[in-house]
Amino acid sequence: SRPTVMAADSCSWFSALAVGVSLLKCFFISAYRSTDFEVHRNWLAITHSLPVSRWYYENTSEWTLDYPPLFAWFEFGLSQVARSFDANMLQVENLNYAMCPRETAGASDTAVSCFLIGSVLLLQVLQVHIHFQYNGFLFGFLLLSVAKHLQSQHLQGALLFAFLLNLKHIYLYVAPAYGVYLLRSYCFTQDNKDGSIRWSSFSLRRLLALGAIVTSVCALSFGPFIAMGQLPQVLSRLFPFKRGLCHAYWAPNIWALYNVLDKTLAVLGVRLKLLDKAELPLASMTGGLVQEFEHSVLPSVTPAVTLVCTLLSILPAAASIWLRPRGARGFLRCLLLCALGSFMFGWHVHEKAILIAILPLSILAVENREDAGIFLILTTTGHYSLFPLLFTAPLLPFKVALMLMFSIFSFTYQCSYYLDTLKYFTFSILEVVFPLSPWQQRLPFLPLLVTSVYCAMGVCYAFLRLYASLLLQREDKPKLL
Amino acid sequence: MQTWSLVSICVLLSIIARWGVSLNSYSGAGKPPMFGDYEAQRHWQEVTYNLPIQEWYFNTTNNDLNYWGLDYPPLTAYHSWICAYLAKTINPEWVELHKSRGYESTQHKLFMRTTVLVADLLIYIPAVVLYCLYLTDGSSKKKVSVMFCFLLYPGLILIDYGHFQYNGVSLGFALWGILALGLGWDVLGSMAFSLALNYKQMELYHALPFFCYLLGKCIKTGLMGRGLFLLVRVGVTVLATFALCWLPFLAEPSQAMQVVRRIFPVARGLFEDKVANTWCSLNTLIKIRSILSGDSQLYLSLACTLLAVLPSCIRLLTKPTFWHFKLALVNSSLAFFLFSFQVHEKSILLAALPACLLLNDLPLMALWFLQASTFSMLPLFLKDGLLVPYIVTSLGFLFFSIYLLSALDHCSEDKLRLGAYNKLFYWVLKMDLAFIVRWKFYISIAAMVGLSIAAAVLIAPLHLPDLFPVLISTTAFLHFLGTFIHFNVVQFSEPPSRKSQKKSN
Repeated sequence: SRPTVMAADSCSWFSALAVGVSLLKCFFISAYRSTDFEVHRNWLAITHSLPVSRWYYENTSEWTLDYPPLFAWFEFGLSQVARSFDANMLQVENLNYAMCPRETAGASDTAVSCFLIGSVLLLQVLQVHIHFQYNGFLFGFLLLSVAKHLQSQHLQGALLFAFLLNLKHIYLYVAPAYGVYLLRSYCFTQDNKDGSIRWSSFSLRRLLALGAIVTSVCALSFGPFIAMGQLPQVLSRLFPFKRGLCHAYWAPNIWALYNVLDKTLAVLGVRLKLLDKAELPLASMTGGLVQEFEHSVLPSVTPAVTLVCTLLSILPAAASIWLRPRGARGFLRCLLLCALGSFMFGWHVHEKAILIAILPLSILAVENREDAGIFLILTTTGHYSLFPLLFTAPLLPFKVALMLMFSIFSFTYQCSYYLDTLKYFTFSILEVVFPLSPWQQRLPFLPLLVTSVYCAMGVCYAFLRLYASLLLQREDKPKLL
Repeated sequence: MQTWSLVSICVLLSIIARWGVSLNSYSGAGKPPMFGDYEAQRHWQEVTYNLPIQEWYFNTTNNDLNYWGLDYPPLTAYHSWICAYLAKTINPEWVELHKSRGYESTQHKLFMRTTVLVADLLIYIPAVVLYCLYLTDGSSKKKVSVMFCFLLYPGLILIDYGHFQYNGVSLGFALWGILALGLGWDVLGSMAFSLALNYKQMELYHALPFFCYLLGKCIKTGLMGRGLFLLVRVGVTVLATFALCWLPFLAEPSQAMQVVRRIFPVARGLFEDKVANTWCSLNTLIKIRSILSGDSQLYLSLACTLLAVLPSCIRLLTKPTFWHFKLALVNSSLAFFLFSFQVHEKSILLAALPACLLLNDLPLMALWFLQASTFSMLPLFLKDGLLVPYIVTSLGFLFFSIYLLSALDHCSEDKLRLGAYNKLFYWVLKMDLAFIVRWKFYISIAAMVGLSIAAAVLIAPLHLPDLFPVLISTTAFLHFLGTFIHFNVVQFSEPPSRKSQKKSN
């Protein structure tokens, strides 16, 4: 059938793209001393050298283990292989082992780099349905899970998602979509003629099957830690609320705009003599440090508030597929909106999290022109928001080339023309004019701030348009399972 | 998607790949007193900018020829002069006479890498784009795929943007020459090729095919009429181009002679270092260098080279079509590489360029050879600290060419263009040719991967310190020999009918 053919086409296209991007990433690794290596190495060391009971207590290095246990088991497995490459890298005390510059390129140095690159590449290549980017194989799991649902193999899809959740808990963002969809479209086997719910068709067997899958996977992952009574410690590592509202570099979400508004009001207030400068808290939000801080004018935001906002933003989408399920496509849209909503309103969101939203959108973009337009906007803002990470002069050609490529794409598809013009304007000012201007010294954070705001506006726009397309869409025929 | 947008995106991707490689180390980084090719280029900028032209190729107090003396023809010198002029405006310390020896800094590296990228953008990349769009056949998607793989060829990227050289300029000019000849603009083509020759003397590897093709064409159109006219025009163009490039050196004969002496150093031996050619590989079994005298080595290599080159060139002379021209280019450069005097491993790039031209017609053989050529330069890459770019670009190239060009599907008898000869080779085994070829390819790639890993990770035993370079060069040699024989066979078998209709000009 046509969707599966298209899916197969796009999958081989995606694999090509994925391999290409993975290889590109290797250039970046050698260019820009990424701490990802050190994180990976540290986790290999922790899982290899220490007993299980100490995994979530270890904090010699700043990169503590903050992924769920299944990922830790996976690192443990990898460390067994690593041992034959270079046992030294598995000592927890050898911080920054791979990153120390050496006079002579010894065999062990090459071996460590080879192993780390090799494992990253291998993980990304192993999955058939791979998609973009930095945590490639996890996205592969997500895509595989979604594909299973599209093929109506819901138990397999649920199993994959349970695995995924236990590998990286950031996917909790999209768990509500799964929950509502599976409950509504899988556990209730039939709908009434007008698409509304038929309570009598509830299948307890299916619900139990789903429950069994999820609990068994979680037991496999968390089991040992619950047995040792370490669950609170693990959870505190997994959900570090001690970190601030925003990451050091603001992710382009609502809170970035909120921060800017707050700062502007503070500055205005001081200028107009409405506020006393001495009363304002001294810690700067833009100082680049990850601490807790307070807003000066607007009310401070606590984790509870972000949770409520996130739930509120997700609610219409979830309600929509509960009341009028539109089959797997509707699920995909809901998934996308959950991811995007959590990104917009979440606590301490990292800008890379936008990729979780881009992934399902890319599947939709292949089939629907309007979605393709929104996809381009999101990817443009997504990649542009990463530019401040590439701040050294040798990396400038990359930024220019990437920007040109994206512009060609969007020009060919004739969308977001105005957004592009604005982007060029901003880019040229930030990259060329600003470093040479006198404001460079006084306001060094300004480029980051402007980029965050610009991207945040793009993301908000995409979010609203996607919601509009979900709520206003004419229904698909609900697929009978 | 429209062709122009696909082309732009592919070009941008290849630029990203090139720049990604350029972020790595270069030859001789941090290795006084001689450093490497990077320092040589910088030194030439210093010499050409600060000294008058008459002193560029001479050994004077200001110009010590033992420290990276100029040994390329004048066009390289002019190019260095232009770069030096730019360098002086940015930071005079980079080209200060004597004081800037061994100068290394991140800014300077950025500058040098940028000069390579600019030269590529102006000369090499446009030539590739135009060639693929106008002289390959197939759908536009196929053309763009060929172009993308052509631009991703790892060997050139790693040498130009890693090791540091300007091969893109000379190969680019040669490609412009090929392009012009393909479009029927013989005079412009010969001018472009003369420029290539004046940039690097190694382009002589390609000279015979150009000569035979043009001569054959003249003969075909009648040596007493239009053919003679063409011959005269080409001759005059070549002479004029040479005269223009050598103008400052023609004032005195001693000047010109010195330049010639610098660019053709015949005092050196049969080979230096480990190269994947016949002499070096033969040397592992019989120590040729000690058996024969210097002069007999020279004559032996001359004889062998001529013997290897002649069949292909004579064939081209009798059938001057573009198809034969491309094949003759590969065969001639491979013949020179395998049998010539004082060959450097980087000279394989001269054979790689024509092989890239064949990516559309003979994808599997072309990409196999191109991969082997990159592999043959691995010892050089390891010395320069370019292991990671080597792995990444090779993987990328292999993956994209196999995926985009469907190389492994084109293994059938007529696709390989072996014509009647395949019966000769394979009737004994009575097996499917495609099957054999595919498995040979897999085994060969596996061998290359294995040797690459071994060379990178293992340490050679003490009594065999050169074990891995020797193994790599012998393996590469076998591949090159096989390619040479294969392409000669293809050149001598009948091309398919549609080819001879389209390409005769």
